[in-house]
Amino acid sequence: MVAVSATEPRHPLPAAATAAPWIADLLADLPAAPSAAVARARELLAQQPLPSRRQEDWRFTDLAPLTTIAPRPLDPAEQASSAPAAPLGPVAEPGRLRLLLDGLRDPLDGLNLPPGLHRLEGEALQAALGRSLAAQGLEADWPVLLNTALAPRVLALRVSAAVAPLLELVNDVGTGQGVEALRLLLLLEDGASLEVLQVQRAAAASATSLLLEAELGRGARLRHGLLAQGHGAASLLAQLVVSQSPGSELDLVSALSGWGLVRLEPRVLQDEGQAATRLRGLQRVDGRQIADTHSQVAFAGPEGRLDQLHKVVADGAGRSVFNGAVRVPRAAQRTDAAQLSRSLLLSDRARIDTKPELEIVADDVKCAHGATVSRLQDDELFYLQSRGIAAAQAARLLLRGYCDEVLAELPGGAAGWQPLERLMGEDPTP
Amino acid sequence: MIRPDAPVLLEIRDLRASVDEQPILKGVNLMIRAGEIHAVMGRNGSGKSTLSKVLAGHPAYSVTGGSVLYRGEDLLALEPEQRARIGLFLGFQYPIEIPGVSNLEFLRVATNGRRLAQGQEELDTFAFEDLVRERLQVVQMDPAFLERSVNEGFSGGEKKRNEILQMALLEPLVAILDETDSGLDIDALRIVAGGVNHLAGPDNATLLITHYQRLLDVITPDFVHVMAAGRILRTGGKELALELEDRGYDWVDEELASLEAGEAARTPLEVA
Ligand SMILES: Nc1ncnc2c1ncn2[C@@H]1O[C@H](COP(=O)(O)OP(=O)(O)OP(=O)(O)O)[C@@H](O)[C@H]1O
Ligand SMILES: [Mg+2]
Repeated sequence: MVAVSATEPRHPLPAAATAAPWIADLLADLPAAPSAAVARARELLAQQPLPSRRQEDWRFTDLAPLTTIAPRPLDPAEQASSAPAAPLGPVAEPGRLRLLLDGLRDPLDGLNLPPGLHRLEGEALQAALGRSLAAQGLEADWPVLLNTALAPRVLALRVSAAVAPLLELVNDVGTGQGVEALRLLLLLEDGASLEVLQVQRAAAASATSLLLEAELGRGARLRHGLLAQGHGAASLLAQLVVSQSPGSELDLVSALSGWGLVRLEPRVLQDEGQAATRLRGLQRVDGRQIADTHSQVAFAGPEGRLDQLHKVVADGAGRSVFNGAVRVPRAAQRTDAAQLSRSLLLSDRARIDTKPELEIVADDVKCAHGATVSRLQDDELFYLQSRGIAAAQAARLLLRGYCDEVLAELPGGAAGWQPLERLMGEDPTP
Repeated sequence: MIRPDAPVLLEIRDLRASVDEQPILKGVNLMIRAGEIHAVMGRNGSGKSTLSKVLAGHPAYSVTGGSVLYRGEDLLALEPEQRARIGLFLGFQYPIEIPGVSNLEFLRVATNGRRLAQGQEELDTFAFEDLVRERLQVVQMDPAFLERSVNEGFSGGEKKRNEILQMALLEPLVAILDETDSGLDIDALRIVAGGVNHLAGPDNATLLITHYQRLLDVITPDFVHVMAAGRILRTGGKELALELEDRGYDWVDEELASLEAGEAARTPLEVA
């Protein structure tokens, strides 16, 4: 039995709103808080209800699926024994560095990191952790509190030059049940560059909280792909919080499918403008799944660029939410931002909510946005059929073509994970 | 080539079709035997493309009367893909762009569907690449087009060549080419016509929809039909096309007017 630390609030403060029972149960089941920050997060979390649909940010997304998951920490051993045995996805090829983030071991243990990549620890880590969150005022955001309260496993890396191999971060929860949290920190120094493929998988009733912070120095380049292949009983809450210095280039590509509930929040701050941000998102819902992307890109200085494409495939009685906030204050003159959201509705019972949220104060800017919701085009289907391709196969070809526009942008090593087959719910070869 | 004893491939009888309750085809009759080349001409809007799409099974059109037999089988009862697999081909007047679907994969899936229907084995990717490279020469197309999405960003002429490439791969028994000559430069016209002639044989048949004699200079039709207001108004030999080139379509109005007057006079009787 683990001793409960004195800082852990077993009972919410009297004046506070009551915590959601699920949170209360979860908090009660956690081991003692290892730090004051964790204790503080638990305290704050215990004082508030779950985000609800009364809040604008959560208006379309009901967290109910999360509360069906056992409110206890996921046991890494259970996770390891239930995750598919070797090889996880494709065999690690030369040219990629695969780290398993399963919590059983230190992923960097005994590893020779390639040139330009360093473990970040000690005071440098403490100084940097939370900095990007603070820059965007996100410290008390509910998903951040949840992540912190769970005392996440932390992987922190400093990037000092162009790193040659693809960094592949794999977290496969398998049939493990319960709740887990992961926290990543990437510090890219001036001129450094890194390509990351993050694979997140679940195959049973688990919830994962993923919090990534990244800082891009001047001229730094980060390409990050999130391939999240879930399960109808699993939830994923992911926040990708990035600060960009002038001259830096950021590519965030995400492909989400199969989750009972997934909420992705890419949050980018160009702290002095003059940087390039490219966002590519694809989410597919089927059955009664919910997928929600809330992105925000803020320009705190002039001449920043944003190129965003968000795509949705909504089938069954699934529900898809996209909210794309773009903030262009007066200081951000000559910003050039384009946001396009495209949704494909495959079922009458599916629901799509899509909302650009452009807040433009500067007057000399180019901001384009568009949103389309369509169905498979009869003329395209007919053209394929007229060549002898059966209607169902024709539909599949069109759908694959639609998804591939985003999937093709995942970092090079992604193909082995069969993103398309999994996204389409086709049986991938093991 | 006209052979009165050649098997009938396509027999269209009094075919009527509408779109959104609006009648467009108003009784088309046409018989095509193996080995024949037919040309269909007629004013814009006379129903030529509609006829071709109804034959191919486009869902936007509903057949309201008549019948179509394909080698004795009820064509209209089949799904579009089944029609294609048993050898009916439509070269589109406006080929559709399909972003994200690779031309090569599309051609392979289509070709294998047709091969299976003919009792041949499917081709694997390598065997298919060999075949497609050979057929590319029929239309003198750059292999680079295989790597692109189906028709996406193709010029008008490139799309038409891609149609003929598909025809060369699918080896249809009845090919309907809807204005495959429009938008082609002189060289491309010669290439496309060469491809059609190359593929035409004693066992298959071609129905060319065109506005121009210049196509019929290089592909000699056995029959020329003039379509007007949703029916075939007149049928003749290749001279009919030359006559149209001289006289235009003014005579069509008179003939239509008398036809419709006749119908109007008949209608009460039919009702009674
Ligand atoms: N899907 C449709 N919806 C509405 N009207 C249609 C549709 N398809 C055809 N029509 C109408 O039917 C008539 C015949 O059209 P069709 O395309 O068959 O003509 P066409 O003879 O091929 O003409 P062109 O020489 O210009 O290609 C036209 O008046 C056209 O507007
Ligand atoms: Mg036409």
